[in-house]
Amino acid sequence: MYLVIESLIKIGVIIGGLMGAAAYLVLVERRVAAWIQDRRGPNRVGIPLTEIRLFGLGQPIADGVKFIFKEEFVPGHVDRLLYVAAPMVMFVAATVLFAAIPFGTVDLGIAGWAPINLVVVPGLDVGIIYIVAVSSIAVYGVLLGSWASNNKYAFFGGVRSAAQLISYEIPLGVAILGVVLASGSLRLEAIVEAQAETGVWNVLTQPLGFLVFLVASFAESGRLPFDLAESEQELVGGFHTEYSGIKLMMYLVAEYLHMIAGSFLIVLLFLGGWHFWGLTGDGPVAGIGVALVRIAVFLAKVLAVILFFMIARWSWPRFRFDQLMGLAWKVMLPLGLVNLVGVAVWIEYLRAPLAVSGLPERLVMAAAGWLLLGVAWLAAMAAAPSARDNRPDLSLVARYRDSREAR
Amino acid sequence: MKSDDKSIKWVEEPPLGLAGRSYVPLLVGGITTTLKHLAGPKMTVESPEQRHAIVDPLGYRGVHRLNRDAQGRVKCVACFLCATACPAHCIDIVAAESPWPDREKYPESFTIDELRCIFCGMCEEACPVDAIELTSLYDLSGKSREEMIFDKAKLLSVYDQTKDAEPMRSAQADRATDSACPDSGERGEEPI
Ligand code: SF4
Ligand code: SF4
Repeated sequence: MYLVIESLIKIGVIIGGLMGAAAYLVLVERRVAAWIQDRRGPNRVGIPLTEIRLFGLGQPIADGVKFIFKEEFVPGHVDRLLYVAAPMVMFVAATVLFAAIPFGTVDLGIAGWAPINLVVVPGLDVGIIYIVAVSSIAVYGVLLGSWASNNKYAFFGGVRSAAQLISYEIPLGVAILGVVLASGSLRLEAIVEAQAETGVWNVLTQPLGFLVFLVASFAESGRLPFDLAESEQELVGGFHTEYSGIKLMMYLVAEYLHMIAGSFLIVLLFLGGWHFWGLTGDGPVAGIGVALVRIAVFLAKVLAVILFFMIARWSWPRFRFDQLMGLAWKVMLPLGLVNLVGVAVWIEYLRAPLAVSGLPERLVMAAAGWLLLGVAWLAAMAAAPSARDNRPDLSLVARYRDSREAR
Repeated sequence: MKSDDKSIKWVEEPPLGLAGRSYVPLLVGGITTTLKHLAGPKMTVESPEQRHAIVDPLGYRGVHRLNRDAQGRVKCVACFLCATACPAHCIDIVAAESPWPDREKYPESFTIDELRCIFCGMCEEACPVDAIELTSLYDLSGKSREEMIFDKAKLLSVYDQTKDAEPMRSAQADRATDSACPDSGERGEEPI
């Protein structure tokens, strides 16, 4: 019974927090984008019917109300059932992701109460697999929506998005494997605790894995420089071209949640979760005060990563589609494998002799990790072609034309 | 056009050097530009609290005004040159015999449809007596279409509003015509 109430409270807090966070992150994004473009951004909307402005904090509410009251136009040529279901699939998939994000464990200090694990599904042994699995359901949302829209731009966007998400899932998984191998568990709590215990975050020991994961999660969340699926200049709106009103909002919020989820994962796997040196302690269970500090540290880290996502959006131009695929298969996947093999070799052959020799293990591992990053990067650099020939294969073109004429 | 068309010129991509292939200079360059602008000065003018500084009000083409002469009468002589020149056909003038001795006609009614106007300034160029001018007011607005059809009174009131900030472009010429007809002094109850 207590478990049910506890879970319900956690779900309520997570959903409420997420929706509020998504709404306000849109405002943050608009402000940051404006600053980068030498503007000021939305700073007018405050409390309705008054002159109070509050730096534009009323904007998300106004946006939400606008979205809800906008006409929801359903074009006549769509496949009704899939058209309606697709945004829901995407939205639900993006929300249930957060069930497995651990915020640490708190001991309330009341006798007879077990320490509360601040996660909706405590002790999920396959936490990381669950998150990767659920987040890839987003492909269905995108593909269903684009197919049901019966619009060529939407379809292009959907196909691009599917290809991109599936391609980048592989480097993403390989980078995660490196972390899982190093910490010896699939439980997110255990991965964080392993980093907190030694005080060495995985980004220090596996910089190559971090790089691959970062790039892959940019691509997974479909943001610039990898927003091929909805590149406005080419595809109108991409897979949500035919959507409007609340359905469009569900798509947009789901995309935002994907970005937030990506940031959470980066922090959990590579940036030490709730751990910060000298501030949060390093045991798995904390009292109320320390637990609050841990949550604050965790959220601050996530916010920093999200800000990086936003700034990156305006820094680097979009990849072309063949470059995007080339990056996934020819660069990121090999780099991820190099990292994975490096970690495996380390654990199997180098850890034991190092423990005997008495050198500081983590320090050596970090040095080796950065060395690996440098060498792998140099190798990728040397192997990259210095120019690409984008001309169509003319013999193929001619043959295609002949075959058409013959018909 | 087919992709093997003879007239297509294919441009060779310039080959990337080692630095370009490493992505590093590009990544660093992109993010430094972004950060510089993130912290840099902002261009936004917080209208309506702040107003745009118009560098040369005399050169700006905002809403129209009908100038008054030294006696406060409308300067227009209803010659229809502006209406003829106007490419948007938005000036409508009804001429009548002038109540004053120094000219033959004057505009009984003078309306400009500001919603049709393209603010090209041709009317101003065409006017032989510099009666119509474009001011630097850029935010005169109304709540209905009817409100945005400015009549003579409205256009003259724009003149009253802006005459101090923006002197008539032909202040010199104006003085000359006034001295040429010194007997235009008697001002009765005539319409302006
Ligand atoms: S500015 Fe141009 S369009 Fe407007 S009234 Fe004058 S001539 Fe016509
Ligand atoms: S050109 Fe000048 S004088 Fe002639 S009708 Fe127009 S405003 Fe009046």
